[in-house]
Amino acid sequence: MTIISEIVANYNQWITIFLMVSGLYIVVARGNMVKKLVGLSLFQTSVYLLYTSPGKILGGTPPILDPDFTVYSNPLPHVLILTAIVVGVATLALGLALVVRINEEYGTIEEDEIFPEKDGE
Amino acid sequence: MSEDVSIFAVMLLPVAGAFLIALFHRQPNIREAVTLMTAGALALIVLSLVPEIYAGARPAADGFTILPGMEIAFRVEPLGMLFAMVASSLWVVNSIYSIGYMRGNNEHRQTMFYVCFAIAIAATMGVAFSANLITLFLFYEILTLSTYPLVTHKATEEAVRGGRIYLTILLGTSMVLFLPAIIWTYVLSGTMDFTPGGILAGKVGAPVAAVLLGLFVFGIGKAALMPFHFWLPAAMVAPTPVSALLHAVAVVKAGVFTVAKVVIYIFGPGFLSDTGAGEWLVFVAAFSLIAASLIAMTKDNLKARLAYSTVSQLAYVVLGASFANTMGLIGGGMQIAMHAAGKITLFFCAGAIYVATRKTEISDMAGIGRTMPVTMFAFLVGSLSIIGLPPLGGTWAKWFIAAGAIDAGQLFVIAVLIVSALLNIAYLLPIVVRGYMLPPPGMTRDAPVRIREAPFACVLALSVTALACVVLFFLAGAIEDLLAGAVSQTEPLRAGGG
Amino acid sequence: MTLESQLPALQIVLPLFGALLCALLRSGSLAWLVALVVSLAMPVISALLLMQVQDGGFISYELGGWAPPWGIEYRIDVVGAYLVMLVSVIGALIMPYARASVAKEIDADKQAWFYTMYLLCLAGLLGIAITGDAFNIFVFMEISSLSTYVLIALGKDRRALLSAYQYLIMGTIGATFYVIGVGLLYAATGTLNLVELTARIAEIGPTRPVLAALAFLVVGISLKLALFPLHVWLPNAYTYSPSVVSAFLAATATKVAVYLYLRFLFSVFGVTVVFEGLPVPEIMLVLSIAAMFGASIVAVFQDDIKRMLAYSSVGQIGYITLGIGLANKMGLTGGVVHLINHAMMKGALFMAIGAVVYRIGSSKLDDLAGIGRKMPATTIVFALAGLSIIGTPGTVGFVSKWYLALGALDKGWWWLVFLLVASSLISMVYIGRVIEVVWFRPLRHTGPEVRDVPVSMLAPMAILAAATVYFGLDTSLTAGIARRAVDILLAGAP
Repeated sequence: MTIISEIVANYNQWITIFLMVSGLYIVVARGNMVKKLVGLSLFQTSVYLLYTSPGKILGGTPPILDPDFTVYSNPLPHVLILTAIVVGVATLALGLALVVRINEEYGTIEEDEIFPEKDGE
Repeated sequence: MSEDVSIFAVMLLPVAGAFLIALFHRQPNIREAVTLMTAGALALIVLSLVPEIYAGARPAADGFTILPGMEIAFRVEPLGMLFAMVASSLWVVNSIYSIGYMRGNNEHRQTMFYVCFAIAIAATMGVAFSANLITLFLFYEILTLSTYPLVTHKATEEAVRGGRIYLTILLGTSMVLFLPAIIWTYVLSGTMDFTPGGILAGKVGAPVAAVLLGLFVFGIGKAALMPFHFWLPAAMVAPTPVSALLHAVAVVKAGVFTVAKVVIYIFGPGFLSDTGAGEWLVFVAAFSLIAASLIAMTKDNLKARLAYSTVSQLAYVVLGASFANTMGLIGGGMQIAMHAAGKITLFFCAGAIYVATRKTEISDMAGIGRTMPVTMFAFLVGSLSIIGLPPLGGTWAKWFIAAGAIDAGQLFVIAVLIVSALLNIAYLLPIVVRGYMLPPPGMTRDAPVRIREAPFACVLALSVTALACVVLFFLAGAIEDLLAGAVSQTEPLRAGGG
Repeated sequence: MTLESQLPALQIVLPLFGALLCALLRSGSLAWLVALVVSLAMPVISALLLMQVQDGGFISYELGGWAPPWGIEYRIDVVGAYLVMLVSVIGALIMPYARASVAKEIDADKQAWFYTMYLLCLAGLLGIAITGDAFNIFVFMEISSLSTYVLIALGKDRRALLSAYQYLIMGTIGATFYVIGVGLLYAATGTLNLVELTARIAEIGPTRPVLAALAFLVVGISLKLALFPLHVWLPNAYTYSPSVVSAFLAATATKVAVYLYLRFLFSVFGVTVVFEGLPVPEIMLVLSIAAMFGASIVAVFQDDIKRMLAYSSVGQIGYITLGIGLANKMGLTGGVVHLINHAMMKGALFMAIGAVVYRIGSSKLDDLAGIGRKMPATTIVFALAGLSIIGTPGTVGFVSKWYLALGALDKGWWWLVFLLVASSLISMVYIGRVIEVVWFRPLRHTGPEVRDVPVSMLAPMAILAAATVYFGLDTSLTAGIARRAVDILLAGAP
């Protein structure tokens, strides 16, 4: 029972881990280049959760100074993750652009169809 | 200080020569003149250092520091002096010979040849005068690398293959065995300087010393101690002047010189003989000595036979060093000089025969003494010196080594020496006998033959070295005096002398 | 506010704005000019920075005037300053070389983009070394990585696209691992500033989140570093990218990753946590040795020289990480000095092969047959740098190995000394193979165009090749740097 209560108590962490692992799994297991990128995105997204969820302080308010409140949530993770989201979007965009170019050159985006063509390299 | 200048000069002069040679690559005559002048000047500078060494001085020069504790520094001591003398004076002769040989054969890329040759000599001088292990190692490797283009000079498939073996074994042994030995020595003793009496005494026990000695003698692949001798026959594809350089002047001598230097200045003869750490080396050297002679007998290619003969003769030096006593070390050092003169004569002859007749196999050389009497006579002189018969230089080297064996109580070595001398006779003299006694192919015994020697430069060179074999017999006392200064624990030992 | 006090920001801002300018200019030649000016300015700035921190101090620069822990602090000490110096010097040497090579290998309409991406990459790499904020490192890492993916994809061969994609996947995973590690550290300590991280980790000791963070960081950085067996992206990336990119990346990108390693393992976590918490040094030793042998042996069997050099890089990185794994004074000095040395020699080698590609359009070993006579200067550069890879005395490679061997001996590991020297034999085989083909095989590509490259290409690689010899004989600069860096690293303070 302790395990279940542990999971419930830290459900945000477990969701993070689940997303992280499933994203990584998709990257490894899929041969379709777009699907790989989706997995990669998922993997990156899990990190956003990892950062932002501990930033929330129970009973805290958004960090806007107000004499009525003394407890604020930590704003820094959100700022950081804003940057990380930008990075993630850039990565995804670049990845997709590469896939488009690969599709133009090879006529496919399936890895197992491309790699036999690689002239034994 | 004047001696500092000359120490640097002996290394910089050949390098400067190399630049000039490269500069004059379109004017062969000037190029060769530069080679000869450089060689001559170098020999003079080296010789000018000799009196000081006899007087007990040890001129030194500091280069620069690579790392703390790792310095490029030079110090002239008797053994190095002898080696430098041998190498620089033979370079003069070899240059004369090379000119005849290269022109006689119309070899390609002659400029490259002379440039590399000069750099190899510079490296040899660096080896000879190095004051510590790391300096020696640096020049040792430069020597290997600068001779690689010489070995592969012909650029044929065989030459490339030979060069590959040459480089692999020499670089390989030096990196895998020699370098760790240096590092180990450094860690054990905190220094890499060549110090009279050695630097390891009291720092290591006999077993470690034995292992360390093994790393050194096998790591110094240039000494061609079996089983790391393969590079020598493989390098035989090189043009003959190169073979002479490899076998007599620079490369192998740098190897055995290094062995001797390590024994004297790193281990110290006293330390080695007290602990007995070097005793196993006696057997290895004796084996190498006999085995190489036996292999030499089976070779029909003249240069291959001479190559194995070299392997065998080098083992004499290692043998002398392995006794770790005065007589043995003097004998070993003397063998460096004596064998140099003898073997370079033989190689010059082999090359002269090739230039004049294009023959490389001994079985084809019947009657060669009739068409090339001077060459064949020089060959005889060289052979007798290698065998060790008076009045030729080789005699003394063998004599001292035998005396060293007795001092060390290794009496079986005497038997080895005798057998070896017989084997030397068996593989060298038949060549002479066939050359003089048998008629040339397709001729009767009494048919008149026309004398056709190699180009004059070649004949001149081999005559000079043959003469040197004789002269060295009478100079042995001087060499002994010189070497005694190196071997003795306290220096300077003998002021004056000569 | 004097200009001098703004130097740390200038070091980053200049290439960033240069990149912007390049993108706006749209002309290859003008973009090159901008890139050249920026690249040449970089060593000047880094030299000024270096002079300020030379005697062991550090520069702290608060970005935008925000004090840490809210703002980002740029913090430069000797270790960082030297790395900045290394990267900028390589960048400055590459740019003159790039003009001709890029003009040949990249379509005219894409050249401006090339220089844009190059400057972005430069900014990212320099930023990693300058910043003192763990998350900011991630941002710079991604700036450099994203631009690197584009640079690789600009290669002529269509396989360049696949390599770039492959690297994008691996690189992003690596960066994400890194950021996970940083996130865990942040959760455990509440700070991202490297200096404060150091202090707090020292307080809380090797707890589970800290160790998990360590593990994530090590794996993430190892991917960027191409530590064996996480190196699979590297050979393709170096092989198919334009020659300039191969040379630049080989000399800088992996070195910056090594810097991160040093920073995190020795400064942030500190030797105690790393050694007592996880078997990081042991793992690293094993992997380094595997790299030294495995990758080097694979290099022997490559028929494309760029690929061969790429595998050689993986092997040589093994030497650097070996020094880190040894983690004693001598070993670490060897690793750090090899970081500098390898940048020199690999830069020269990739530039030399780039010069060959410039002339004959191929880097296949067979196509290089006999080219030594036609391109003697290039061949000499290759041979000198190759000797350095082998580690012959008188070259920088020897100095590195010497220190590493002393480091191994300090631990009493005899066998490691022999492994070290034995692995250099393998490099002898692959370098020797090239030299043999280049010198002794009959010429395959004839024609007047096969001759030595223009001075603008020749000079940079000749300088690097000469440096491999010069710094092999006079190590007071390189080894001096390494010793000072190691003193700082082992002392623990970042």
